[in-house]
Amino acid sequence: MRVNWKTYNPGEFFDELISSPGYARKPARRLASYLRSLTHEELLEKKTAAELAIKTMGISFTVYSDAGNIDREWPFDIIPRVIAQKEWDQTNRGLKQRLRALNCFIHDIYNDQKVFKDKLIPRELILNSGNFRKQCVGVKPKFDVWAHICGTDLIKDTDGKFYVLEDNLRVPSGVSYMLENRRVTKRVFPELFENYYDIQPVTEYPAQLLETLSAISPRKLDSPEVVVLTPGIFNSAYFEHSYLAQRMGAELVEGGDLVVEKDKVFMRTIDGLSQVDVIYRRIDDLFLDPEAFNKDSVLGVSGLFKSWLKGNVALANAPGAGVADDKIIYTYVPEIIKYYLDEDPILPNVPSFLCVDRKQRQHVLQNLDKLVIKPANESGGYGMLIGPQASKKELAEFARRIKADPRNYMAQPLIALSTVPVLGERVVEPRHVDLRPFVLQADKSYVTAGGLTRVAMVKGSYVVNSSQGGGSKDTWIIGDN
Amino acid sequence: MLLSRVAERVYWQARYLERVENTARLLNVFSGLLLDLPSGTKLGWHTLVQITGTEALFDSSHKQASERSVVRFLLSEKNGYSILDLLALTRENARTTREIMPTEAFEQINNLYFFARENVNQGVSRGSRYEFLETVIASCQQISGLMAGTMSRDAAYSFVRLGRSLERADMTTRIVDVGSGNLLPSLSGKATESEAIEPYENILWMNILRSQSAYQMYRQHVRYRINAEDVVKFLLQSEEFPRATAHNLTTLTKVLDRLPNNNKVARQVNKTKRMVRQGNIEEMLSQGLLQFIDELQIEIAAIHHMIAATWFLPNK
Repeated sequence: MRVNWKTYNPGEFFDELISSPGYARKPARRLASYLRSLTHEELLEKKTAAELAIKTMGISFTVYSDAGNIDREWPFDIIPRVIAQKEWDQTNRGLKQRLRALNCFIHDIYNDQKVFKDKLIPRELILNSGNFRKQCVGVKPKFDVWAHICGTDLIKDTDGKFYVLEDNLRVPSGVSYMLENRRVTKRVFPELFENYYDIQPVTEYPAQLLETLSAISPRKLDSPEVVVLTPGIFNSAYFEHSYLAQRMGAELVEGGDLVVEKDKVFMRTIDGLSQVDVIYRRIDDLFLDPEAFNKDSVLGVSGLFKSWLKGNVALANAPGAGVADDKIIYTYVPEIIKYYLDEDPILPNVPSFLCVDRKQRQHVLQNLDKLVIKPANESGGYGMLIGPQASKKELAEFARRIKADPRNYMAQPLIALSTVPVLGERVVEPRHVDLRPFVLQADKSYVTAGGLTRVAMVKGSYVVNSSQGGGSKDTWIIGDN
Repeated sequence: MLLSRVAERVYWQARYLERVENTARLLNVFSGLLLDLPSGTKLGWHTLVQITGTEALFDSSHKQASERSVVRFLLSEKNGYSILDLLALTRENARTTREIMPTEAFEQINNLYFFARENVNQGVSRGSRYEFLETVIASCQQISGLMAGTMSRDAAYSFVRLGRSLERADMTTRIVDVGSGNLLPSLSGKATESEAIEPYENILWMNILRSQSAYQMYRQHVRYRINAEDVVKFLLQSEEFPRATAHNLTTLTKVLDRLPNNNKVARQVNKTKRMVRQGNIEEMLSQGLLQFIDELQIEIAAIHHMIAATWFLPNK
């Protein structure tokens, strides 16, 4: 049996592969006909080969559960997702613009606070944000950049256009899976790379990341000492920490490997102590330094924050950068872009309602069953409510929570996420996806070619998080010929 | 620049991998050897437990050292010494040092771990044990070869070599121990009934050599028929044979030259080497090799402690 694009039915959703039953969109035409050239059994064989490769390569992630932490193989669907170069160029510009504006905003918050004086955003909104760090006021990081690495979640609505769903400015993860997905796909579909498409490579990310990190080194050295700080093997993203360290040729350190002396950071090596210039930290602000933040943190390094304040070590992302990753601040980003850059936003936001505003809150409470409610500071899809799929009890519970703490909630209409084909046991079927590109900024900016496509493997589901049963796909940015 | 913690994990990864290979070799040789010996000998499956230094642990959980119980103990039980556990430890150490190891090395360790986990029952049953163990041994060698062929000769590789050589030096002393424990009547000092026992002594020492892939090399170096003294000399004192204790101690000295602050470790290695070189094997064989081997193992353990104190725990 072969895939039949005439019976493949995405329903009312925007499908990225076909435009109408039996007709593939232009960028996806070659892929659609290639897939048709294989029988379903052949596709399943390729799937098995991919799963074996993933197991061998040790591509895993950790799931936290009551029964202990389990190291799972990375869930992957072999059919790649295709995006035309032209569409991506525009998106790329939009992403860089967005991060530039967000960095201006963060720097302003911790320094001049013009944004309050000009009444663009109410002061209280920032000062009660769980991600605002008063210890960072007055700090001026190199290039005035606070968020050096950003993972922005994009989705497509029924109009087929990209919208920004959220900006992750704390410790966004997933980029290693983007790189590994490509490696697996090359093993499984070498002929597509050779004969069908001009596919943008993604492999330069680790080199770009190293360049970004080296640029912010306080010491002027040809190759400053860059390290990746991980909470350790039990963290769900440990694979990625180790992967990026390996690809950059940087040391992977744990808190216990570092020590601060005279406000400088050193690592313990077989030659004795060795000074560290740049720390790509994959630990949350609050666990970075027990002296400055959470006293009980055993993951961090005593005195680290002070060395950063003194400019003896660079931290990426800078502590406090998460203030712009708050879902309430998100709703202001289009204004933030206009205010700081005097440009129109290239990428639109998903329309949103702020519960802290009385009128908007009224609307939200009346339409809870049609909206998605998100708390300001959670990530990984936790703590949110999908109105149309929620029970009466859950709706009532969220109404109570919103009334009790309106600052902590925002709402968005349920976006009809676009679909792409996924290989099932018996047929190829449409499933919903999002996209997380990664954006870098120091003295210059960089955007990955594509990003990590996450896919809800369950029919009809919108939940793409790998911790909650989501899978992933290779993402191809393809040239015109 | 090598982190102390990483150095420690690389070192243990190499030690565990070497231990996997040696355990597999021992199991393989014992499985063949015991079929050849008369039932009256004291050499039995329990000897294997003694060699691996797991006697107390084994005896506390097993009534009897039968073929089945010992093989399971060393292959698949959760005890920290079985091949499966050692491979899990190897993999865990490799997984936490992925950033400095060649990617292929991790992939092969990972594959070996999965292979062993999925096929361990083959190793338990007699009919397929040989094949299973040979695959494990060959994979270990492939991994060592891959690291030798792809890793720069930097500090990380030095710790791989330290771990491997020290484990080998230690394991060889344990294997020599088998022959020294009055296991055959003919080795008890009174060689009066030796005519009848002699063929078995031959078989024993030949198999001890085989367990170290040393039989052929021994043959090329020693022309006489196989005898205890020459075999022990060869396994302990040969500078040329890569699994001999002396050879591995010399390797340690060479590797140490490439590492910082090596004084104390080097001194301990030299002390141990002198002991091995100057040991009068002939005399000791008649009086009991056991005490000498015990003392030697204590010195080897001291090398490990010195390595840990020098590089794994600085400024703590």
